[in-house]
Amino acid sequence: MDDKIVFTYDVPADDFSRAGEASSDVKSKLKQLGTPPDAVRKVAIAMYEGEINMVIHANGGTITVEISPRQVRMVLRDRGPGIPDVDLAMQEGYSTAPDEIRNLGFGAGMGLPNMKKYTDEMHIETELGVGTTITMTVNL
Amino acid sequence: MDKFYHSVHLEPDLCKGCINCIKRCPTQAIRVRDGKARINARFCIDCGECIRVCPHHAKQAVYDKIDVLKQYEYTVALPAPSLYSQFNSLDDVEIVLNALLYLGFDDVYEVSAGAELVSEATRRYLTEHEENLPAISTACPTVVRLIRVKFPNLIPNLLPLNPPVEVAARLALMRAMEKSGLPREKIGIVFISPCPAKYTYTKMPLGTAKSEVDCVLAIKDVYQLLLPYMKVVGQDREELALSGKIGISWGRSGGEASGLFTDNYLAADGIENVIRVLEDMEDQKFTQLKFVELNACNGGCVGGVLTVENPYVAEAKLQRLRKYMPVSKSHIEGAQGSVVPWDAQVEFEPVFHLGNNMMQSLTRLNQVERLCKRLPGLDCGSCGAPTCKALAEDIVRGDRSEKDCIYFLRDSLHKLSDEVAALVLGWGADDKRDRESVRILKEYMQRISDEMALLDRGKP
Ligand SMILES: Nc1ncnc2c1ncn2[C@@H]1O[C@H](COP(=O)(O)OP(=O)(O)OP(=O)(O)O)[C@@H](O)[C@H]1O
Ligand code: SF4
Ligand SMILES: [Mg+2]
Repeated sequence: MDDKIVFTYDVPADDFSRAGEASSDVKSKLKQLGTPPDAVRKVAIAMYEGEINMVIHANGGTITVEISPRQVRMVLRDRGPGIPDVDLAMQEGYSTAPDEIRNLGFGAGMGLPNMKKYTDEMHIETELGVGTTITMTVNL
Repeated sequence: MDKFYHSVHLEPDLCKGCINCIKRCPTQAIRVRDGKARINARFCIDCGECIRVCPHHAKQAVYDKIDVLKQYEYTVALPAPSLYSQFNSLDDVEIVLNALLYLGFDDVYEVSAGAELVSEATRRYLTEHEENLPAISTACPTVVRLIRVKFPNLIPNLLPLNPPVEVAARLALMRAMEKSGLPREKIGIVFISPCPAKYTYTKMPLGTAKSEVDCVLAIKDVYQLLLPYMKVVGQDREELALSGKIGISWGRSGGEASGLFTDNYLAADGIENVIRVLEDMEDQKFTQLKFVELNACNGGCVGGVLTVENPYVAEAKLQRLRKYMPVSKSHIEGAQGSVVPWDAQVEFEPVFHLGNNMMQSLTRLNQVERLCKRLPGLDCGSCGAPTCKALAEDIVRGDRSEKDCIYFLRDSLHKLSDEVAALVLGWGADDKRDRESVRILKEYMQRISDEMALLDRGKP
């Protein structure tokens, strides 16, 4: 019996044109599964923010998404610089994005807060110079 | 009428079973089976892409012919604004409107007049319903149908107002009953349409229980019939126009939005672009927008599949025509306001779910993933599905089998013939061929010929 399904995505570094591919693929799969529309929306928004952060701040990485009838669990793993102060990074409006990124419309410092807001659980594990792993769950 | 009624259909005799339409359909609603295209009614949104792309003109639209006028004692023409954009150097819409009377209509009521009322009601809606912004235009029936099957999260954003054609139909009917004194059934309200989607709307409307449009003619048919009459319309023409710049602008992309007097809008046209905008809206990538205008056709309704002129040329002609017009002529007066709002809700139709419940869908999605790894990934269309993934989905839904993939079939044939060869080569010259070996050989031969037959299927 297949009571869950797992997808893995590679997120490329610094390629904005492809950023968002993983979250939109997950969204279309959740729709095919008949996941409640509100949960689809939450997953799509939270995962897109996380994906963009991997592109902008962490040289890409991998995302694993596990879908079961009870929940959607997303694990975003990168080998980027790590986050020095997680509490600070979680604050609305805090951003280290350079000007050229801001000019693209990113860098409002709303990504991590939105990820928290749209998920039921979020956990950040990070080590300077080693990387960051963010785990998020949306209950169905 | 079936809630998945659609007007685009196939003329089987003309269909050669090529893959043009299956590749182009934005909802993957078409499959080729047994050499002919088939449209899945539940997936079809009547966008007309397959009509545009079919080189054999096998995809057609249902609409009425001019002789329907004979069925009524009194008829009113409702010309879409895109009709005006079809004619060269037209500088006064009255020429078109008067020619419609010569053609046999008893009265004319411009759809663009209905549009001006919708613009007015929309302006009010945007200020009174901030909780549902951005509002998504509901004038293009294809867009509403697309949202109904693919974007449940955006249903609350649909602008709950009737499209201009419906508003015009209701007002035209009231006027006709008053002027003629005839009962409803003797009056024919006849829309002159740029697209099949609007025909579908009149038969199976969304947002209202019943449309007051009785018949739908194609702009491309009426265009030809009107040309000779337009030449004889003189200076003594009747004044029939009821709309100005705002109403006429609805014929092109961005026109509806321009009548709302706000800068916080987005207008997208062409079905692929529409889908992209809806995806982004769903992910809340646009903040501060008040209004989103979406038209399934390139350029807006001037690009409708039942028009004749190139949409961009048509847009330029509409632009020129607008120059001489007042801003708007129709305003909501008294009871007229009641014909604008929706009186029925749009319900999400989950037609793309893989299974009947989440567990079944999960099992099937896992099967799809496994199948996709085995299929060649060429998206060649030979199986009649637009992509390998679409075939995999058809297989798990029970509609097709792996052997519909010609590469799969080819591998299977190779294996069978290898086994036959091994069996026969194993026989010595004076070997007594036992019954069992012969039976196995016969069975293999049967399977080979069955699979060869599968290869031939689909050929005309
Ligand atoms: N995966 C990551 N690796 C390293 N640093 C990160 C990572 N994700 C976030 N950060 C840090 O946390 C800060 C805040 O992230 P957040 O997503 O909230 O805002 P932002 O990405 O700067 O702007 P926005 O998401 O609004 O476009 C970032 O500026 C960056 O310094
Ligand atoms: S854009 Fe206009 S012409 Fe095209 S499908 Fe929509 S309503 Fe019809
Ligand atoms: Mg961010």
